[in-house]
Amino acid sequence: MRASLFITCYNDTLFPETGRAVVRLLERLGVELDFHTAQTCCGQMHANTGFRAEAFSQAKRFVRIYRDAESVVIPSSSCVAMMRDQYPGLFAELGAESLRNDFHALLPRVYELSEFLNDRLGLEDVGAFFPHRVAYHASCHGLRSLHVGDRPIRLLNKVRGFDLALPANLDRCCGFGGTFSIKNAEVSSAMLEAKLADVLATGAEYFTALDNSCLMHLGGALHRQNNPMRAIHIAEILASTADHPYEATT
Amino acid sequence: MNTVVEERPTTGRHAPVMDPAIAPSFPVAALPILQDTQLRKNVAHATDVIQSKRNHLVAEKKDWQELRNSASAMRAHVLANLGKYLEQFEANCTAAGGTVHWARDAAEARAVILNILREEKAAEVIKIKAMTSAEIQLNPALETAGIAAIETDLAELILQLGEDEPSHIVVPALHVNRRQVREIFAQRMGLSELSDDPKALTTAARSYLRSKFLSVPTAISGANFLIAESGSVAIVESEGNGRMCLTLPQTLITLAGIEKVLPRFTDLEVMLQVLARSATGERMNPYTSLWSGITPGDGPQRFHVVLLDNGRSEILARKVERQTLQCIRCAACLNACPVYRQTGGHAYGSPYAGPIGAILTPQLQHMRHAQSLPYASSLCAACYEVCPVKINIPEVLIELRAQVTDQQRTRVREWLDPMFLGMKAANFAFGSAWRFRLAQRFGRIALRGFTGEDGWIHKLPSLGAKWTQSRDLRGLPQQTFREWWATRDRSAGKEAK
Repeated sequence: MRASLFITCYNDTLFPETGRAVVRLLERLGVELDFHTAQTCCGQMHANTGFRAEAFSQAKRFVRIYRDAESVVIPSSSCVAMMRDQYPGLFAELGAESLRNDFHALLPRVYELSEFLNDRLGLEDVGAFFPHRVAYHASCHGLRSLHVGDRPIRLLNKVRGFDLALPANLDRCCGFGGTFSIKNAEVSSAMLEAKLADVLATGAEYFTALDNSCLMHLGGALHRQNNPMRAIHIAEILASTADHPYEATT
Repeated sequence: MNTVVEERPTTGRHAPVMDPAIAPSFPVAALPILQDTQLRKNVAHATDVIQSKRNHLVAEKKDWQELRNSASAMRAHVLANLGKYLEQFEANCTAAGGTVHWARDAAEARAVILNILREEKAAEVIKIKAMTSAEIQLNPALETAGIAAIETDLAELILQLGEDEPSHIVVPALHVNRRQVREIFAQRMGLSELSDDPKALTTAARSYLRSKFLSVPTAISGANFLIAESGSVAIVESEGNGRMCLTLPQTLITLAGIEKVLPRFTDLEVMLQVLARSATGERMNPYTSLWSGITPGDGPQRFHVVLLDNGRSEILARKVERQTLQCIRCAACLNACPVYRQTGGHAYGSPYAGPIGAILTPQLQHMRHAQSLPYASSLCAACYEVCPVKINIPEVLIELRAQVTDQQRTRVREWLDPMFLGMKAANFAFGSAWRFRLAQRFGRIALRGFTGEDGWIHKLPSLGAKWTQSRDLRGLPQQTFREWWATRDRSAGKEAK
């Protein structure tokens, strides 16, 4: 099976270890991955900040690059949510018909990583080994836009040695919200503080999610507070095996 | 953050500005509130209680999603045929002895109401369920005209006596706890011995309000629903004070937004079910009052309905934003909102707080004021999930953000705003792979100076300082993913694409 990796702009720049983990994981599972070097960003940041025309130029770019892909895998639920929730409106309002048709043909082949593993590969047990207590954070876009449900939990429950902790108020936002964390920094920080209390109460060594954006937010606060709990993207847990266990980068 | 401040009595506290035309921006208005530990505790506690009751009662309703679909479809149908149903309502209300007035904007609505009150020679007026009257800034206009407005909803009364403002659509005084209520009542009602026992507090409020119900002959109400086929008005409440206001006076004026109409009496079957469960977590609200025009010898003998547009027609004309008018003011979105949970309602600078306020208020202001409100959301979509009429609030928020940005594009001085510049620069970088690679490299070099020995960034200038006020940022890695992929391709002997 072939799949194209859309790594997303911020994973590419800030979290390359997540991308490497996705490659290791999917190749281990027999997927032949390609990486289109022309890719940049899905346009979510622009769309959510009100820069619709700019977002649409990224959307067009995405469709042009991937229109012939067998499937596209994206290790970020919010970027997939951008495509499912906002691309249709952008293409309807701004797009030429041929590109709009290409988009609608492509969209069903776009998968968030846990969807790809569960739905496309039909897997729950990916043969991973990660003997730690880990809190799972349900990112808002995965939860309420993609409706991933318990797909990530089913994957994690099959990891050898895994000790899953679900924080209280699992469905509550961590307060990141992209440029919200800048435009409303103080409110965002107050939301973060509340989320952090729930995550820390699990007593876990790590906390994980489908999105490095939430992890960057929570992880940044943990580091500020000298807390030993560490953020880890779900791909890095699933990539970890007994033969090649996870190695922290920082 | 989390600085503990001394508790102040509620009276005169932060004097929130609730006129969106002059209120400070959301982030600015939120600052003092974030320091108010007691208020935030009150808000979190109250919303948790309502939210858990609501979740419990929604879960027991096996056909909840069907109910939501019906309610949503009904409201959308009304909006698609609004003119027809409003004219029906007008005809049937008039036939039943009521007088219907049409008000294009807040000023017209105030003038209509003041005229009626002058004809009545009213010196005092009792009010119930009149959030729309706050939208048109009615109370200050009444005061100027020498007419005393007395709020009779218990929560509204607490706020009026405490010189405070509502912070929630359904539970206006949810930011005040009962110790604070005792302070206000003791001071304003002259009851120094009053305890903070809920029974003592409600007894004090009851005897205060009873004297008003029995002596003031004029009332102003809002409306939960208008029924087109019968010209009826429906009001739901929990205390019975509304029932007093609606039945004891000689003259009743009902102020309602034009979107409040429903076609048929039987539509209440669905609407009352979703409203009570969503609003207060009850199967049915304690008091539902329904009346049609005038009944000779029983209840008010003069009845006026003021139908308020005030920007609603403009909202109706817009495809994405139209759904805003489906709202039935249940406030489930406020109780579910993680932003509202931190700030309460005053930061929104409008009688309409929370996620629905963030989309409704700027539109009622014709997008000329309250432009920070569409950004007062992390777009987590908890509001959309609980909305009983399925308003896609995140979708409308994003639409309004695009309108704010389009206004910025026309004002050259705003092009120098760091966020605006950053967005344009990022768009340029994302436009081609080589520009993006260059931007990544430039970023790595630029941030090196800010990165500590531990590999993390603790302090950034400009917009970055907004991030580093509470969060560190890991320094940029030495190798981006695409650089790693290229070396991997080369070492595998493949030709890099």
